[in-house]
Amino acid sequence: MSRNSLTFWIGATLFLVAALAMTQVIGNEYPFFACYVILQFIVLAVAWSILGGYAGYVNFGTSAFFGVGVYTAVFLFKAFGAPLAVQIAIAAAFGAFLGFALGLLTLRMQGIFFSIATIALTIIIETSVTNWRFVGGAAGIQLQRPSVMAPFNSYVQMLFFVQALLVVLAVAIARYIQGSWIGRGLQALKDDELAAECTGVPTLRLKVMACVISGALMCATGAPAAMYLQYADPSSAFNLNYSVSALAMSLIGGTAHWAGPVVGAILLGVTQQLLTVTISSEVNVLVLGVMLVLFVVVAPEGIIGLIRRAFRDRAGGDA
Amino acid sequence: MFSFDLLLDAVVIGVLLGCFYAAVSLGLSVSFGLLDVPHIAHPAFLVMASYAVYFLNDRLGIDPLLAGLLITPLLFLFGLVAYRLYYETFERRGSDAGVRGIAFFFGIAFIIEVLLILQFGVDQRSVTASYIGKAWRIGEMRIPFRLVVAFVVAAALTILLTLYLSRTFMGRAIRAVAQDQEALRLMGANPVRIKQWAFGIATAVLGIAGALLIIVAPVDPILDRTYIGRTFCIVVMAGLGSMTGTLIAAIILGVAETVVLTLFGASWAPAISFAMLLGVLAVRPQGLFGR
Repeated sequence: MSRNSLTFWIGATLFLVAALAMTQVIGNEYPFFACYVILQFIVLAVAWSILGGYAGYVNFGTSAFFGVGVYTAVFLFKAFGAPLAVQIAIAAAFGAFLGFALGLLTLRMQGIFFSIATIALTIIIETSVTNWRFVGGAAGIQLQRPSVMAPFNSYVQMLFFVQALLVVLAVAIARYIQGSWIGRGLQALKDDELAAECTGVPTLRLKVMACVISGALMCATGAPAAMYLQYADPSSAFNLNYSVSALAMSLIGGTAHWAGPVVGAILLGVTQQLLTVTISSEVNVLVLGVMLVLFVVVAPEGIIGLIRRAFRDRAGGDA
Repeated sequence: MFSFDLLLDAVVIGVLLGCFYAAVSLGLSVSFGLLDVPHIAHPAFLVMASYAVYFLNDRLGIDPLLAGLLITPLLFLFGLVAYRLYYETFERRGSDAGVRGIAFFFGIAFIIEVLLILQFGVDQRSVTASYIGKAWRIGEMRIPFRLVVAFVVAAALTILLTLYLSRTFMGRAIRAVAQDQEALRLMGANPVRIKQWAFGIATAVLGIAGALLIIVAPVDPILDRTYIGRTFCIVVMAGLGSMTGTLIAAIILGVAETVVLTLFGASWAPAISFAMLLGVLAVRPQGLFGR
């Protein structure tokens, strides 16, 4: 294991220990409510950037995967009373399958055609769920949380810790992909798909793989949301805000490095929490949109790009 | 439950509705179909135009169609500026423009939505005019007058734009820039200026289209999401940039929507255009009348 990896895993372990310690020390539930949302957005942004950042395929379907995750959990809970771990595992499997289907269906599409196809998929799935009586249809469904397991004192704290685990999982996967042949292949097909194909990069397989991994992570992070809200309805589970948030957080953070989406998600997630509490949720969407447009126009490499440039300038100045 | 009369009714309404859909898709047919701009914010621009019409109608009592005509020059200028911004930041820099261009327009669409919510609230808005609320009766069939108005105006708009693109010098230049930008540059014309003009036209058309949108049904700030499916479905199905194709594709979509609505119920309606779009993309990405 290289020194870099060692540092990463030590950091990840410290993060989890801190999260666990937080659940034991802090009695008030509100911090967990707020942090849960931020953690959830970290997973979504990291998952989005696996396809959108490395491969350059702009996926507007984050909300489709998230919603499918939510409703997989709702279905499993209502039909079999399945425990949380099972809900997440099956949601991930289902997300992988959906990602596979999306990959196959959209092989021939590039650029905006792919993006539009993902919006189409979102609306079609949302409409199907709206017409599915068993899980509540358009009116939504109330869910009763089961009793909490030790060592947690409340269900929200447990969900918070579960989401922290998912963050570590997502970041570890993104980090692995970035350093492996998969990441280099995706990078190649992002630069020039035809040239990559001609030089023997299995572009098709890589794209489907990125879809599968990204989809599985998005669905997995959506699954606990049903229990978090104790309620699910199609128009909020499939809300396009998830798509624009994941996309904005990744692009604002910077997609060249796995840390970009994490930084973007934390920054925007915290800002959103503050704005929602202090002003209104409309203003928070407005800030998201304005920041997205600003970064795309002014700083296309995102925050990571800005930091790198600052370092390079300083190094250049010293020499 | 199934009756032939109902189906016939649905088809007639569908054709009228289809012409209306053509009118709201014409701008996208130019901007996306001819200019290859990933203009996801087109439906958001459309809804914004509708709100401008609503504002003029509600505050000053101006007829919605006249209001649509009044805001047309403003929209034209707006289009010129928007394209310039897009060109300077994306097309000119070249690499990686695809991803960020799409994200850019997506962000713009979101900003417009939120600004409309902050200004007008989330409630549905509608306009008042003498021809709204009445209906024509032909035998058993009842045709809302607002749809007839939309049909007539939409047909006129489509014909005008088709003539503009095929008969005038500037129109032909726009089609030429879509075919081969380099050739145009070699002949001493400035492709960017032509594309900017075309984008202005594509946005200006939204004045009337926005008026029709709010005449046909009430609008709300997030209506643009439904129309992403409809407009892109129509433009892609038409084969990028074909005006006649746009009209035919729009009628196909209109009829499909009303028939499904009659047979299966309204809750399936939002998915129809998106499902057709996916189908067209998967089976025949060059569209029915592809160039």
